[in-house]
Amino acid sequence: MTEITAPPQPARPPRSQWLDVWDQFKTHRGALIGGILFILIVVAVYLGPYLWGIDPTGIDIRARNQGPSWAHPFGTDQLGRDMLARMMAGGATSVSVGITAMLLALFLGSFVGILAGYFRRLDGPLMRLTDLFLALPLLPLLLVMMLLFREPLSSAFGLERGIFILIVVSIGITSWMPTARIVRGDVLAIKEREFVLAARSIGATDTRIITRHILPNVLSPVMVSATLGIASAIITESALSFLGLGFPPDFPTWGRLLFDATDYLQQYPERVFWPGLAISLTVLSVNYLGDGLRDALDPRIRKR
Amino acid sequence: MLTFTIRRLTLAVPTLLFISLVIFLLLEFAPGDPMAQVPLTVPPDVKEKMREALGLGQPAPVRFWKWLVQFFWIEPQVLIDNLLGTSLSAGDLRVISWQTRSPVMDIVVQRLPQTLWVVGTAYLVAIVIALPIGIYSAYRQYSWFDQAGTFVSMVGFSVPPFFSGVLVIVIFSVNLGWFPSIYDTTHKVTDWDSFVIQLRQMIMPVMVLALQITAQLSRFMRASMLDNLNQDYVRTARAKGLGEYTVVMAHVLRNSMIPVVTVIALGIPAIFGGAIITEQVFKVNGIGQLLIGAIQANDLPMVQTLTFIFAVLIVLFNLIADVLYGILDPRIRYD
Repeated sequence: MTEITAPPQPARPPRSQWLDVWDQFKTHRGALIGGILFILIVVAVYLGPYLWGIDPTGIDIRARNQGPSWAHPFGTDQLGRDMLARMMAGGATSVSVGITAMLLALFLGSFVGILAGYFRRLDGPLMRLTDLFLALPLLPLLLVMMLLFREPLSSAFGLERGIFILIVVSIGITSWMPTARIVRGDVLAIKEREFVLAARSIGATDTRIITRHILPNVLSPVMVSATLGIASAIITESALSFLGLGFPPDFPTWGRLLFDATDYLQQYPERVFWPGLAISLTVLSVNYLGDGLRDALDPRIRKR
Repeated sequence: MLTFTIRRLTLAVPTLLFISLVIFLLLEFAPGDPMAQVPLTVPPDVKEKMREALGLGQPAPVRFWKWLVQFFWIEPQVLIDNLLGTSLSAGDLRVISWQTRSPVMDIVVQRLPQTLWVVGTAYLVAIVIALPIGIYSAYRQYSWFDQAGTFVSMVGFSVPPFFSGVLVIVIFSVNLGWFPSIYDTTHKVTDWDSFVIQLRQMIMPVMVLALQITAQLSRFMRASMLDNLNQDYVRTARAKGLGEYTVVMAHVLRNSMIPVVTVIALGIPAIFGGAIITEQVFKVNGIGQLLIGAIQANDLPMVQTLTFIFAVLIVLFNLIADVLYGILDPRIRYD
């Protein structure tokens, strides 16, 4: 008689993959601090203006060029505008540009990467296109694009929204190439695995295989390049503003604040310091976050 | 190897032609009018004549073709003329800047030394600093030196040059008064004293640029060393009884340098391109500032030529990096 034994029970309850990722992520102290710092910065620039009621563009000419005080913790600028309010408004713009441009670059990069990796016929042309974009001198081209499309877009969408769209789109279409390359490499490897073959043999369409079986598996490199994308987008936007080709002068961003402050470098050097520190801290925290994510999402490291 | 090089070179030609077309078309949409600065009292028919004098009257394909001929056929002839004293290009029309009405290449040649001096020195300084840091960080992985190196290079990645540049100006020029904040390009080095002045004005831009490049290179060197330190041949070398110095500096370093050398080659176009932002911060009168000025003044031939030169350099050094990789690493075969 064969005895019916209970199927073997795992010793521990099953753990989801993301719990493992979180455990590994926690051990990377720099990444943890970076993540917390980034969340704090994002919360401060988006919710801060609700708590700090001063209008960032409100001019109070009698209170101009003041040092730090309780009324103005970061002082005021040459027109008496409150620097704390301007820092928060500028941060909201810079961070929004960073995140939106990253999303656009990520979408373009994953799209091109998946098409190139999955469809053999598209691989050659799409990768040539990627190489072509990598060969373009990007900062000069960005500057040219800023100059050329500023007028038509700001007349079509209004000044601020037009420039926002312009900056996001230009940064997005000049920074998707690394993501595309990474995603293509991963898709090439995943597409040969058995579960894709199994899905195909039960008659799944290409669209379904891509969205349900391949996309979830390329998520981790995409997430890592997302964090690095935010960092580089914020730096690029600030660089454009710093060169005077970003947002209009009365519209604060961190790069613009830094640029405006360099005129008063001799008298009020501290005004340069705050926006610069904000940019650097944000980018540093995002970079550490990406570093930790890369380790946490790599199963070879996680097992150790 | 030779066939690979030739194949890549022939492939580079259509790439470059396409890039020049992209740049040309982008500039073609420019809403800016080069006649915008001309006084309103000038009658419209005169304006039209001035426009034609700039070569704007013809259709776009003709102008693109003219630019191609000027850039690829006439400018090399001018170069040969200047080198050998011949007169091949006499009477031919060169690429003329709208701003200064002088040939674009002459201005580029005037500006290039400043950029090469500052950015090239920064690159050399960065290589000299970054390689030892990378080697030692990898050799003592997770030591305090490695942790500090990681942090410094993270900072180097994260602090943009328009902040670090302004910061060193505040510290060293405004507060301490050690170095001048503006780079004087008319300064000529004739004797020891003027050399010291040149050195003092170069320190800050070089420092800012070198921090950035060091951050990237040292990370790369470290990763490359780490890849090699755990290889079997290292254990073999140690087992043979070779000294630790020979193992690391002769065996591991030589293999780790292969990818690093190609990365260094890939960074060279950036030297010529000039650090646009750093040049702007320190008012270095180089190629980067020339480009910014040309963009703001709507000087399309200048912008087109400069951007295209950058593209040529990028494509060329990509090719050189690939070939170098194949020469240095016998495992790589491109056939």
